[in-house]
Amino acid sequence: MAESDNIVVETAEKIFADLADPQTINHDKSGSWQAPLWQALSEAGLPLAWVPDDLGGSGASLADGFALLNAAGRFAVAVPLAETMLAGWLLAQAKIASPEGEMTVLPASPRDRITLDADGALSGRARGVPFAKAAKHFAVLAHGKNGVSIALVDAGKGRIESGLNVGYDHSDTVTLDKVQPVAIKAAPGGVDQTQLMLMGGVARSLQIAGALEAMLDISVRYSNERVAFEKKISKFQAVQHNLARLAGESAAALAAATSAADAIANAPSFDDAVYLEAASAKIRCAEAAEKGSAIAHQVHGAIGFTIEHILHRYSLRALAWRDDFGSESHWAVELGKLVALRGADELWPLVASR
Amino acid sequence: MTAALRFDPIRLPEKCEQLRKEVRAFLAEEIAAGTFDPNKPNREDTDAPEFSRRVGAKGWLGMTWPKKYGGQERSFLERYVVTEEMRVANAPTRRFFVADRQSGPVLIKYAPEHIKMDILPRICRGEVCFAIGMSEPNSGSDLFAAKTRATKTDGGYLINGTKIWTSSAHIADYMIAIFRTSPPTKENRRHGLTQFLVKMKQPGIKVNPIGQITGQYEFNEVVFTDFFVPDDHVLGEVDGAWKQATSELAYERSGPERFLETYYVLTELVRAVGSNPDTRSAEGIGRLVAQLHTMRRMSVSVAGMLEAGKEPVVEASIVKDIGTVWEQQLPHRVRDLAAFVEETASNRETLEQQLDFAIKTAPKLTIQGGTTEVLRGIIARGLGLR
Repeated sequence: MAESDNIVVETAEKIFADLADPQTINHDKSGSWQAPLWQALSEAGLPLAWVPDDLGGSGASLADGFALLNAAGRFAVAVPLAETMLAGWLLAQAKIASPEGEMTVLPASPRDRITLDADGALSGRARGVPFAKAAKHFAVLAHGKNGVSIALVDAGKGRIESGLNVGYDHSDTVTLDKVQPVAIKAAPGGVDQTQLMLMGGVARSLQIAGALEAMLDISVRYSNERVAFEKKISKFQAVQHNLARLAGESAAALAAATSAADAIANAPSFDDAVYLEAASAKIRCAEAAEKGSAIAHQVHGAIGFTIEHILHRYSLRALAWRDDFGSESHWAVELGKLVALRGADELWPLVASR
Repeated sequence: MTAALRFDPIRLPEKCEQLRKEVRAFLAEEIAAGTFDPNKPNREDTDAPEFSRRVGAKGWLGMTWPKKYGGQERSFLERYVVTEEMRVANAPTRRFFVADRQSGPVLIKYAPEHIKMDILPRICRGEVCFAIGMSEPNSGSDLFAAKTRATKTDGGYLINGTKIWTSSAHIADYMIAIFRTSPPTKENRRHGLTQFLVKMKQPGIKVNPIGQITGQYEFNEVVFTDFFVPDDHVLGEVDGAWKQATSELAYERSGPERFLETYYVLTELVRAVGSNPDTRSAEGIGRLVAQLHTMRRMSVSVAGMLEAGKEPVVEASIVKDIGTVWEQQLPHRVRDLAAFVEETASNRETLEQQLDFAIKTAPKLTIQGGTTEVLRGIIARGLGLR
């Protein structure tokens, strides 16, 4: 477990520990914990961590924000923290100030597109938008005649078909039909839908890595408590080797995600090397989510399959997060095409450049 | 939270990139001069003494060691770059690889000064080859079951017994081996083994080649019959070899050789599918590249921890576990993806020959240098399960 080494992460971890204890919130079917948690996070300036002071945010670095997302993954809380952070980041790219309250980003899939018409109105359908139903505003990336624009949209102006992902969090379809934005500006050079998807993908990668760390932790703890055949199950070699594999998947996810976050935080532009880092993180973390959550469930047996147990809070979210901002299949195809286009003898130089 | 696994995003410093250019230029010259063919990992000419000397002349052997022993006092990250470039180019490193990676560091730590002054500079010049004498016919992963005896005699020890699966013993000038100097005790079954430096190519040592399923003869049986080893060839504490193993294992287990052994088939697959692959090939290549990149980042991270003086034994075991499982699966995944490669692809024959060899190589990758089972045991201990 990465010990918190910055004040943003320390603050977040304290809030999560106080107000989002997994056992407590798992038993609270009413969701009454969500409002106090969101309020505490907001008072600490965390949802707008990536928004500079002069645009209404708290002006944390990209690196600190990524570390915060990793911590959020370790608690797997069902509030739109990552989504609001991404929305704030996107708006800040075009120097649009962030409003208070929950936000999310449109589109949330590389396959969807929002268009900007000549009258300055936004139209299009975005599927699988996380927490759209909870959001007060949308940060929208739109394509118009003159290129890419970034807009702030009142969430009430969109039509929302509500849905749930496999982790029981809102994943909604949002349709904009000639919606006039609250604010809109041209995106600066380099900011496009691919970059937004990669940012979102790295955010999800860090959350998956955090959830895997938590799954490893509770699985190890459980195996040291549960007795079967007159021994703690942690003493069975088959269980030990499964947990060693879970540790490997957790480590790989963390390494891929933190490396990509570091690459983005220190890159002047989204070149091929950053693309390799970000796409690889999403691919590898999604694969780790599948393998890792299967092992965590295997170690827990039937109890982990119950809704009363906290395991599913991590395992199902990690699996659900694979779908957002481009699945691992999507990024694998794109990365494969990039590698093929660069040619066989340029593969190693690309990998070694990181 | 129990586990304390960290893989910080260490970046190679700028000086490494300059070095990388020098290594690539050197290797390109060697390839142009016909020293080795990078497309033929299965060649028979893997023992290349002249190449070994030229690598030494570049200052790339023992490069992290003290200057007084012929080293360059450069960082582990610089050594990392040299190692990975050599591996990716399929350079013939067999003669110097073991000495550079682990035998030299063992000597630096445990050998008497006059032996260090004698042998280490020769390793750095690429003149000597080392083997490692660990396994025996009935002692593999269970190192502490070793039975080959070292019996005290005047001025040294007499060695009797057999080591097996000893890579490069047929060309090695020296071996670092563990022999039994005392029986194990009730309290500590690891007690009683001692590490020795053995000068090879002498009467009393018989090296018998063992054929491998790849068709190569890399490993051997080494039989010792009343072979004399002088007292000053004892490395470290008599009966205490078990205390000396741990930190070296992190170097041995986390390097680029632990995931790049079959890398060449991925390059050839990319060449074979061309610049506009179908969706299936693109996805397959994308997933393999994502895994490759992740493992390299983990491996570099461990190198950074080693450079910082840490002993990341569990992290290194994780790198070797998932790295070797990956390089073992790689030829099979490439074979899957190559199924629909055009008959006319210009490198089809090369790819097929390489796959043939890589598929035969694959089974050993999760066995040599610590089996998957041993590694997972170490990881489990690190997690607090044992």
